[in-house]
Amino acid sequence: MSSAVPTRPRPIIGWGLHDGLVVARRNLIQTIRVPELLFFSIVQPVIFVLLFAFVFGGAIPIPGADPTTAPDASVYRQYLMPGIFGQTVAFASAAATVGLAEDMKRGIIDRFRSLPMASGGVLIGRTFADATRQILVLFVLSITGLLIGWRINDGILNAVYAYLLLLFFAYTVAWIGSWIGLYMPNPETAQTAGLVWLFPLTFLSNAFVPITAMPSWLQPIAQWNPISSLVLSTRELFGNPTGIVGDAWPQQNPIAYTLISCAVLIAIFAPLAVRRYRTSTSR
Amino acid sequence: MIEARGLVKKYGDVVALDGLDLSVPEGTVYGLLGPNGAGKTTAVRILTTLLKPDAGTAKVDGLDVVRKANAVRRIIGLTGQYAAVDEYLTGRENLRMFGDLYHLPTAYVKERSDELLARFDLTDAADRSLRTYSGGMRRRLDLAASLIAKPRVLFLDEPTTGLDPRSRIDLWEVIKDLVADGTTVLLTTQYLEEADQLAEEIVVIDHGRVIAQGTSDTLKDQVGGDRLEIVVDDPAQMDAAAQALRSVATGEVTVDRADHRIVAPVVGGSLTLVDAVRSLDAAHVGIADVALRRPTLDDVFLSLTGHTAEEDQA
Repeated sequence: MSSAVPTRPRPIIGWGLHDGLVVARRNLIQTIRVPELLFFSIVQPVIFVLLFAFVFGGAIPIPGADPTTAPDASVYRQYLMPGIFGQTVAFASAAATVGLAEDMKRGIIDRFRSLPMASGGVLIGRTFADATRQILVLFVLSITGLLIGWRINDGILNAVYAYLLLLFFAYTVAWIGSWIGLYMPNPETAQTAGLVWLFPLTFLSNAFVPITAMPSWLQPIAQWNPISSLVLSTRELFGNPTGIVGDAWPQQNPIAYTLISCAVLIAIFAPLAVRRYRTSTSR
Repeated sequence: MIEARGLVKKYGDVVALDGLDLSVPEGTVYGLLGPNGAGKTTAVRILTTLLKPDAGTAKVDGLDVVRKANAVRRIIGLTGQYAAVDEYLTGRENLRMFGDLYHLPTAYVKERSDELLARFDLTDAADRSLRTYSGGMRRRLDLAASLIAKPRVLFLDEPTTGLDPRSRIDLWEVIKDLVADGTTVLLTTQYLEEADQLAEEIVVIDHGRVIAQGTSDTLKDQVGGDRLEIVVDDPAQMDAAAQALRSVATGEVTVDRADHRIVAPVVGGSLTLVDAVRSLDAAHVGIADVALRRPTLDDVFLSLTGHTAEEDQA
């Protein structure tokens, strides 16, 4: 009987990537079929934009933005948008946490693990799909930004680099989110655990307020926070106000530091997540 | 086809498997019967490479499930307790995904999907999202997904749990067809009737070890022959009826006064039935109902473990 079953020749991209793309396709089809989920994952950052721009906008001065003019809301909006981009891609990791907890609960992880597929395939697909979804989210968010006065001031090429950096960051945190998700006893716990670490991570950064406005003992933490370097990189690449840039190396070399952080985080969390996946069963 | 020796698995202090041995010949349906918590799912997870045993070895078609895990995965199919298919994909998309992940050629997956969808009566629903499927349809698709690569060994872990009786009987028919094709099936169930219907050979497990083994008939014989049940017209005649039945019974006659029912273990089939009716007639006992029945696997389970299959679930 088994002799009647042919096999596919090994693809050039390797089985890991092949299986990853198959799973990514599945996760992206889910996104299309549940437009509500995509809708709310876009609405949330848009609400953040509006809240920060109109509620806090006039209250947060951006030092060093332009000494000749008084701090005003329009400068803050320019400053704010890269922060919102950074926060949004960081929060995208929660989708992996919840999604994997759900897959485990439904027994789909059991089925995947009983197949002769590459052991990294499910997670490669998951993280790839999560990052891909962010393209649409960033697009809608950028339109919102343009409507409230945010501008791309430093050319299209630099803007493309900025978006690529944001997507790479989204891909990186999706691995962390995956790793957390595989430890979750149920999707309800994953909802909370997937988000709880992101609040300190995103608020202890330059995303919404200048680091110079923080207590001095917090400033080094914020300066070395990869979100800060991501946000600072995108501010520079979009030609938006950066505030006063700190002396710490990550602040002086934000793009390099962001790329190194992402590479290091993937090098740590991808193997950890795959190792956990190999022993995960539904519960 | 499946050989397991001394499988042990512990979760902390809880011993899920306590030296389980299994030997499943090729082309048979093997029933793994036991209450919840007996270790059935743990056994299936070890045999399907999802879990590593703490001790013991297991082989599927001669391949060690720990050392040759990927080779084992190529020849097995697994249908678990949940319908492990994607809610948001259509039936056809699900089959395509699993076929791709088995690394089968695209053309083959297409052809095989159509074949399976037709066989499981899902052709009309093939291009609908699974959110529109009934529980029975999901289970059928789940089973189809595990068959996409024509596995030589199929593991069915409580395949009909939670299904309504009609869907259950439908699924039984499908499973019977599979065996006709020569697939080896290891079926776990807590429904005694299911094991009785499907499995040629049954292993009863409790607390992680095998407590009895054999065909449905040999297991029933262990309980000792048939049961003669009578219901009397007049409750006042219960004692007279019991006395009359003692002449044909091979063991203790039990009297259930609430139901006016008397049960006697007997051998000799219908001849004994005739004898019993004659002696009841001679004692002038009016009979409302009389039946000779084979012991069910429920009786077997009760006599082996001292509790029924359902009692352990709490």
